[in-house]
Amino acid sequence: MKKQYIVLLSGILLILTFALGGYFYKNQQSKKISFMAKENASTFVREYSPTLGNDDAKVYIVEFLDPACETCSAFYPYVKNLMGANPGKIKLVIRYAPFHDGSDYFVKILEAAKRQGKYWETLEVMLQSQSYWVSQHNPQPRLIWKFLPSAGLNLEKIANDMNDPEIVKLIEQDLADAKALNVRKTPEFFVNGKPLPSFGYDQLKALVEAEIKANY
Amino acid sequence: MTRLDQTSNSNWNIVFLCWLIASISTMGSFFFSAIMQFAPCVLCWYQRIFMFPLVIILLVGLFPFDKSVVKYALPLASAGSFFAFYHNLLYYGIIPESVQPCSQGVSCTEVYIDLFGFLTIQMLSLISFSTIVALLVILKRRLSK
Repeated sequence: MKKQYIVLLSGILLILTFALGGYFYKNQQSKKISFMAKENASTFVREYSPTLGNDDAKVYIVEFLDPACETCSAFYPYVKNLMGANPGKIKLVIRYAPFHDGSDYFVKILEAAKRQGKYWETLEVMLQSQSYWVSQHNPQPRLIWKFLPSAGLNLEKIANDMNDPEIVKLIEQDLADAKALNVRKTPEFFVNGKPLPSFGYDQLKALVEAEIKANY
Repeated sequence: MTRLDQTSNSNWNIVFLCWLIASISTMGSFFFSAIMQFAPCVLCWYQRIFMFPLVIILLVGLFPFDKSVVKYALPLASAGSFFAFYHNLLYYGIIPESVQPCSQGVSCTEVYIDLFGFLTIQMLSLISFSTIVALLVILKRRLSK
């Protein structure tokens, strides 16, 4: 019947439009971001951003992270594995996207720990103990303190340093960069300025390996 | 073609048009959340709850044409219009944001898109829902004649 064809055709047209629109949008987005990576590298890496790995590394993984985000905690060992598997070739840059209410408190602790040279130790302790101090997406600031000594921190100094208004400014800058790069979920990765085609560990691994191949 | 056939044909067309609007809106809302990665706010979800089933109910009513589809689709479209209308009131500040139900999570008044200076997502939703309501009311009147 003619009517059935009309409906079928409209349905197919709609789905085609959707798929094409999605394809063009993603294309345009990754072009825009790779342009920014060239012209405006500081959106990806600020001077203050904590980095891990060899300074001569040619592959930069920029990770937008929320200390209270479960997936960030689950991904962290994978990222470390990737770095371990390719020694000296990868540099990890941490940017903050504290989207959970109250998680900026934990960013402040991290930044205060950086001043004691214990940034990465503290980050690991924080992510490993996360299930104890986050319940149902609600970070509980007091609960983190009993885990901090295992990172070898001077707690009094942390309590003092974390109130530095400089840290608030730094978080605001990171959030502004996150917005510019369209980061709406954590963790979000950029490998040499390229976003993941879709979220997942395998996609991250593939992108990192492609960049290593292209640069070494 | 007899006159009876013509009227039943245009009744079918009205339901088809409603289905088309609902389908475009559904696809659009998927596009915003799946492709453009906009996080839907609470009110957006309420509107989706009433938009998505319209696609299916209206389609079922088209084959074979069933005039009682109005009875099932109209309440859904009306409820959707209500939420869309409320969402727009919030957005334009006619209702203060403090009384809205979604202070946590995603803000319902954040601007994601703004086409031609007035077409926001909630405005698109209001336009779709009220057009569907209007078309269904017209159909209802035609059927009761």
